[in-house]
Amino acid sequence: MQVQKVQAIEDTHRAASVISAQGLNLTFQTNDGPVHALRDVNLEIEQGDFVSFIGPSGCGKTTFLRVMADLEQPTGGTVTVNGVSPEEARKNRAYGYVFQAAGLYPWRTIGGNIRLPLEIMGIPKAEQAKRVERVLELVDLAGFERKFPWQLSGGMQQRASIARALSFDADILLMDEPFGALDEIVRDHLNEQLLKLWARTEKTIAFVTHSIPEAVYLSTKIVVMSPRPGRITDVIESPLPKERPLDIRDTPEFLEIAHRVREGLRAGHQDE
Amino acid sequence: MEKGEAGGVVLKSILPVLTVIGAILLFWLVAVVPMNMHLVADQAQRDGLKVTPDAPAARQEYSGTGLALRNLHLVPLTYSFVRPTLPAPQQVAGEMYATIIDKKITSKRSLIYHGWVTLAPTLLGFFIGTGLGILLAVGIVYSRVMDRSVMPWAIVSQTIPILALAPMVIVVLGSMGVQGLFPKSLIAAYLSFFPVVVGMVKGLRSPDAMQLDLLRTYHASNTQGFWALRLPASMPYLFASLKIGIAASLIGTIVAELPTGAKAGFGARMLVGDQYGQPLVSWAALFAAALTAAALVGLFSLIERMTLKRMGMQAA
Repeated sequence: MQVQKVQAIEDTHRAASVISAQGLNLTFQTNDGPVHALRDVNLEIEQGDFVSFIGPSGCGKTTFLRVMADLEQPTGGTVTVNGVSPEEARKNRAYGYVFQAAGLYPWRTIGGNIRLPLEIMGIPKAEQAKRVERVLELVDLAGFERKFPWQLSGGMQQRASIARALSFDADILLMDEPFGALDEIVRDHLNEQLLKLWARTEKTIAFVTHSIPEAVYLSTKIVVMSPRPGRITDVIESPLPKERPLDIRDTPEFLEIAHRVREGLRAGHQDE
Repeated sequence: MEKGEAGGVVLKSILPVLTVIGAILLFWLVAVVPMNMHLVADQAQRDGLKVTPDAPAARQEYSGTGLALRNLHLVPLTYSFVRPTLPAPQQVAGEMYATIIDKKITSKRSLIYHGWVTLAPTLLGFFIGTGLGILLAVGIVYSRVMDRSVMPWAIVSQTIPILALAPMVIVVLGSMGVQGLFPKSLIAAYLSFFPVVVGMVKGLRSPDAMQLDLLRTYHASNTQGFWALRLPASMPYLFASLKIGIAASLIGTIVAELPTGAKAGFGARMLVGDQYGQPLVSWAALFAAALTAAALVGLFSLIERMTLKRMGMQAA
């Protein structure tokens, strides 16, 4: 009786979670022996969350994101995405993935690149055109549909790749250091735009970064990770309001969270 | 202003080519004298001209250059000798003009006629070779078994001297009643499939892990991945291979004509020239073949440039 109740509570809890990881382990077998990319990772991501993963190189943040996307297979534990396995979620086209590089096809126009997933998913032509127009407007690239990627700046290319990930209307957006290769000014601008886009689309976003200000500025939840073995050392629920102008980064609340993230990163380092 | 700049660009790209051609021509013109001097001296003596030294045996003691320096009055004759060891450029040009432009296409001496006899199997062989090469490359990229098994054989196939293989193929096919265009095409295909396989395998594998992962996140099938990513990504590699392949095809066809007693084609003309002491015929066929190859490669460069431009990419 008691057990059943607990089970029921757990079930409802899981239903509310868009992404849920329990006791997740991933070990890569390399020539230099096993590498523990992830060890005992537990995390719940709720509907509409903006979750940042921050940590030094090798802490498994990208690996974790790739596990959610079914691009890596865990060696232990369970992950569910939308209540099903990552593989099933991938086949349901449950998420859009944004890589560190824009990775636009040079032989397709911006519009053609955004149409790529729509063509693969067999969406009718008229609908494709409508969606391309809508997502281009979302990322502030209206009028660039017929341009080729090389005609756009790096920041614009990355925005086009976000539009591509948005085009098929997945509820989840997985972003792997999407602004890592861009300069500070462009990055600020894109962060601001990304927040607006998140507010408008109400998507659940998982965002990998190694910039503390970026993580604090964007997130409702900050997951601090540390390397060897990759694990979560701290999960910070951000008290910042949803409306965030860029100068919020100078407020004491912001600095306090940034401080806590830094402490978390340092603690992870001292463990070594 | 703009026109002037464009002219400058053209001049810049043509000038090096012209310089090289000029150097080769100069070398050629200089070489004609010593190469033909002994023959010219013998002929001059028969025609009653004064030659020093006048004993043929004594002339053999001298090099071509040495003989020329002693008989400066004979030097101009080396440029117009009928059966030269090395024909002069204008002789070859004259022979080409006579057999390409003056002769009717229907004539057995027309180089256009012989050119077509060689070109037809070249093109057929090239299409067979390219088609086969692309199919093999797709197989190698998508099938582990083919990756392990086909490539070594493709490489081994190119180590067999084509000059040894061609007559065998022609004779075997001939005994089976297959003659004319097809056996030559087969040799052409044999030479042209290899660069296409190598280039296309590299091209189809050129998309990086991230681009493949991206398609995986869309749950794209292998077929979709092929048409949307791998094939377009391989285009620059394909064109590089096609340019090598078409030239190889032409060489394959000519080689197939050489040892098999072919009666027409560039290869047959080269052989006829050699066997009947008509070097001009050989040289004219040689240059016509080279020009044909250049034109074919040029044609593919043009198609490459247009295709890649349409694809928003720059030609390599």
